[in-house]
Amino acid sequence: MSDMITIAFYLFAGLSIISGIFMIFTKNILYAAFALMFCFLSLAGIYVLLGADFVAITQLLVYVGGVLVLLIFGVMLTVRVEGKSLQTGSHLKWGGALIGILWIGILVQLILQVDWTAVMTDQPIEASVNSIGKLLLSKYVIVFELAGLLLLIGLVGAAYIAGAKIRTK
Amino acid sequence: MIHGEVSEFGIILLFLIGGIFFVAFGLLTARLIRPKRPNIEKLTTYESGEDPLGTAWSQFNTRFYIIALVFILFEVELVFLFPWATVYADQELMELTGGKWGMIALVEMVAFVIILALGLVYLWVKGFLNWERPMPTGKQYYSPIPKIAYSKFIKRRK
Amino acid sequence: MIPFAHILILSAVLFAIGLALVVVRKNAIIVLMGIELMLNAGNLNLVAFNQKNPELLEGHLFALVVMMIAAIEAAVALAIILKVYKLFQSVNLDEINEMKG
Repeated sequence: MSDMITIAFYLFAGLSIISGIFMIFTKNILYAAFALMFCFLSLAGIYVLLGADFVAITQLLVYVGGVLVLLIFGVMLTVRVEGKSLQTGSHLKWGGALIGILWIGILVQLILQVDWTAVMTDQPIEASVNSIGKLLLSKYVIVFELAGLLLLIGLVGAAYIAGAKIRTK
Repeated sequence: MIHGEVSEFGIILLFLIGGIFFVAFGLLTARLIRPKRPNIEKLTTYESGEDPLGTAWSQFNTRFYIIALVFILFEVELVFLFPWATVYADQELMELTGGKWGMIALVEMVAFVIILALGLVYLWVKGFLNWERPMPTGKQYYSPIPKIAYSKFIKRRK
Repeated sequence: MIPFAHILILSAVLFAIGLALVVVRKNAIIVLMGIELMLNAGNLNLVAFNQKNPELLEGHLFALVVMMIAAIEAAVALAIILKVYKLFQSVNLDEINEMKG
């Protein structure tokens, strides 16, 4: 069982990294969006393996079902009628690669310096929907309501920016 | 970090693999069995008999984006309704708080829902959800035949 | 058992990919995708670091709030991109250069 989980983790990790690298090199925006979908899906799988089932479900609902749909809407709304602009290029290719590799190098260096088994416990977590609900409604209720308020403000702002012309008509 | 619920998600994974297998099996057998004699007419996109022109990538209306925004808003609300629903009438917490827990949970969630519903009300009142149809442009055509001449036919059709 | 360092390395790699997308790509929407990827990498870190105090579930709740805010951020950023597209008829970040001074 434990081995299966480890193998599944490496499978999902490989899938997410491959789809991320595909996003860097593809020229078509929609292909990049679908690669991002695979990346999100494999991250949801990793959350399940880490015992965060509700976070995984939220990842599926909010990212794959929500943010990605918005991004594809953005692609549809900004496409040129000639159909050529689904293709897009990149600039500073070597600079970007350098920054990325340097960043990975620094972080991996830092991560490998720490003995994580001493810091982290190995005990299984009971992160069911139930316990998250209890925490959300008792200890973190202010965060919860403020997040709702922020969502409202964001929605009003986004609608105002996107639809200002419609309103004045 | 291992716990019992991973195996429950394993069932979901099995369903996923089963679904993929069934679709792949159907497509593969269809590919093996069907006769394949393509010609140019068969390979064109079906547009109800018209020849397709240009690309399929046309620009969408911005109003679709507003609808997508409302969708996002209520989807996030839905995500947070699930954990609330599992603890709303929790027996243990009810006894611990002397029966007040249900009321507290209800008030908190109603406040959350009302905050988000205000967003929908804003969009509705400001007219972002109105779907204006584009009016036909160009000159109106004036027929030399008066409209009364048609009334007989229109009445008969009714 | 998944080695803890490997989760963090995966998160670092995803963050670097997101950073490279933001730096390299020309299209504003792909830059936004890169930002989303970076937020996801941060979320993975939060969920992994939940193992420090598993009974408090702080990492999970933090990740949930981050997801909520990422959804709003994407909505507002795309609204701005739509307006930019209306003004410039392009979402190519190299062509949007009116503020050169």
